[in-house]
Amino acid sequence: MSVEQNTLEREKQQGEWTPKIVGFCCNWCSYAGADLAGTSRFQYPSNLRIIRVPCSGRVNPHMVIRAFQKGADGVLVAGCHPGDCHYATGNYYARRRMLVFKRLLEYVGIEPERFQARWISGSEGQKFAENAIKLSEEIKALGPNRKLRDVR
Amino acid sequence: MKRIGVFVCHCGSNIAAVVDVKKVAEEAKSMLGVVYSTDYQYMCSEPGQDVIIKAVKEHNLNRVVVAACSPRLHEPTFRKTLENAGLNPYYVEMANLREHCSWVHPNDKEGATLKSIDLVRKAVAKVNKTVALFPGEIPVEKRCLVIGGGIAGMQTAIDVADMGYEVIILEREATIGGKMAILDKTFPTMDCSACICTPKMVDAAQHPNIKLYTLSELESVGGYVGNFEVTIRKKARYVDMVKCTGCGICEAKCPKKVESEFDYGMGKRPCIYKPFPQAVPNKPMIDPENCRKLKENKCGVCAKVCPTDAVNFEDKDELVTERFGAIVMATGYELYDWKKDFGEYGYGKYPDVIDGLQFERLVNASGPTMGKIKRPSDGEIPQDIVIIKCVGSRSTEKGKTYCSKICCMYTAKHATQILEKNPNANVYIFYMDVRTPGKMYDEFYMRAKEGYGATYLRGQVSKIYQEGKKLIVKAEDTLVGKPVEVKADMVILATAAAAVKDSSEIAQTVGFSYDKDGFFTEAHPKLRPIETNTAGVFLAGTCQGPKDIPETVSQATAAAAKVGALFSKDKMATSPMISYVDEGLCSGCGLCIPVCPYKAIELITIKERVHGGEVERQVANVNAGLCQGCGPCTVACRSGAINLRGFTNQQILAEVDAACQ
Repeated sequence: MSVEQNTLEREKQQGEWTPKIVGFCCNWCSYAGADLAGTSRFQYPSNLRIIRVPCSGRVNPHMVIRAFQKGADGVLVAGCHPGDCHYATGNYYARRRMLVFKRLLEYVGIEPERFQARWISGSEGQKFAENAIKLSEEIKALGPNRKLRDVR
Repeated sequence: MKRIGVFVCHCGSNIAAVVDVKKVAEEAKSMLGVVYSTDYQYMCSEPGQDVIIKAVKEHNLNRVVVAACSPRLHEPTFRKTLENAGLNPYYVEMANLREHCSWVHPNDKEGATLKSIDLVRKAVAKVNKTVALFPGEIPVEKRCLVIGGGIAGMQTAIDVADMGYEVIILEREATIGGKMAILDKTFPTMDCSACICTPKMVDAAQHPNIKLYTLSELESVGGYVGNFEVTIRKKARYVDMVKCTGCGICEAKCPKKVESEFDYGMGKRPCIYKPFPQAVPNKPMIDPENCRKLKENKCGVCAKVCPTDAVNFEDKDELVTERFGAIVMATGYELYDWKKDFGEYGYGKYPDVIDGLQFERLVNASGPTMGKIKRPSDGEIPQDIVIIKCVGSRSTEKGKTYCSKICCMYTAKHATQILEKNPNANVYIFYMDVRTPGKMYDEFYMRAKEGYGATYLRGQVSKIYQEGKKLIVKAEDTLVGKPVEVKADMVILATAAAAVKDSSEIAQTVGFSYDKDGFFTEAHPKLRPIETNTAGVFLAGTCQGPKDIPETVSQATAAAAKVGALFSKDKMATSPMISYVDEGLCSGCGLCIPVCPYKAIELITIKERVHGGEVERQVANVNAGLCQGCGPCTVACRSGAINLRGFTNQQILAEVDAACQ
């Protein structure tokens, strides 16, 4: 067992650790979906911090890397369903970019569960909450993210 | 120096019952740039807004964070508040403590409070990087293009023209009037369709503010709201519209007769023709597909008999480009082409199996049979008539999945018309469901059924085949669970109303979206049913989905109201939250151009002074009128030269940093 895994195990056993998750949500669908989760009172863990962007196509992989550098344990990019983009094609670009970027993240050793792209419409509050719960659980199981972290 | 004020809202108990708002306000004081923070019961109320305005003045604040509900709800409210406080309205940022925190974490008060502090920190970090934004202005060309000259297009055009604006109706047929001019009667009042449609046609044609472009099609659309540049192809008519008096001698003398499109194949027309006698403009055209002079350089009778020398075989298509401020789509519908899918109804090989619009021509007093209902095959009066509903609609296997909406009513109308003309006839109507919502609609259906005695049978027809002179219609009556067989003289199919065949190309040319069936998509199904997702393009009538005439007319007037609102100002304010290019960083690679869904980016040439000499180079340029502020271009840019105002890279990265602290 490596030193890193050792620390990880220890942190897990302490039980108090909760992951830090950053979510980039497009204004028209996923942010609205998160709003609907609120108005419908669907509960999910309080570790998700949502950043509003106009379109999932606005999310630069640079921003995702920055989140991991600054200590995020997971990142969610959420937009309108493909074909339903408020701006016609933005989420298609997001889908392609994020797919390639995910492969790159896997290549540098970040588990695929840590970076997820989801398509959640403004009427899917339930789906938003379910995704937030699932994401949180999956990342909790993985433990804290140490790769890419800025140690300065 | 940023002087940020943080205002934490209780939202009654919506936030305060879960989140420790006092603690959030206290914690905010230690955040970078924050000089003042407080909490209040209802931030959005008038006294709440006054708290902000007072604090801005007292503490000399120049940035504001409101920690309350979703910015989708109250961002516009607080922007106005800031304006009232004398600040740039874009200096406000919201932390969503209600929808994204207190409402979703009611059982985790501690976690919710910590999250709230993080959300406020995130908003403070963003507002630290916020700069003043100013809405742009673009001029509005106060001319409206209405595409489609049916009842929807005519109504929109007349309403917009009555407001005093110039309107062009673009119609690809030789006459305006559309489908309504084809119909015989309208439900539920049974008044004559032509009697209410043709006066509208004349009104539109004679209106001083309306110009008709018939036999014309859309070639290309450029520009943006307020400033569309539209190229129109005016097709060759081969008849000089100025010289022609519409006397009709040419029509009478033309020796070649072909099937009339207007009569849906129920009658014949000459090759120089008006679609119907009341056509507007009331002047003929030559059908280049069938005219012998144009095809074989023979005949030419029409030119010889024309007393005003109006026939011009040398006529050519003409392209004109005009500027418009708004475009209204009123391209209408057509009947679903049942012949390719419905083998059980004979693929159209039985002449006595006709569709609803063909029946409209048969029963029309100005139609080919002078209103006598005769079988197309032998001209006999049919005694037993079967009407089949939902042909091509409400089906997952073939045709369309949607309910075509108007068919239940027009079959009831057809049944009434048949039984009015021939009370001894037997009308059998096969249906899946009868759907008749609408003013006096159900009463109309009940009258057809109980008053006139039309027989309604629940069940879909499985097969039609010919036996001698009769059509045998086989079906199951699902209410009694027994097979039924009707020996019919004529069958009328209530085929679905479908989008016009090239609707998707039209939508692509103009630049807005359409659905899987080819109907045009509204910007919001409930709240913006008239607009498309492209600013300045509006919808009227059945191009959006099946509708009856009153609904079409209402939507047409609504579209006119939207156009009027757009034209009521000389200049339009544009959102300042759009992309901009740092020309110093831009290498002019053009990668951002194909990414933009609004064609808002183009390369321009700029002059720069380098080492004392002047050089020219290309850089990207964002058109403020077209840009909608989505932002994929910012990611496509390799040199980071494009940024999005209101959601700049610096702002989002500051939010990321704050969220991860």
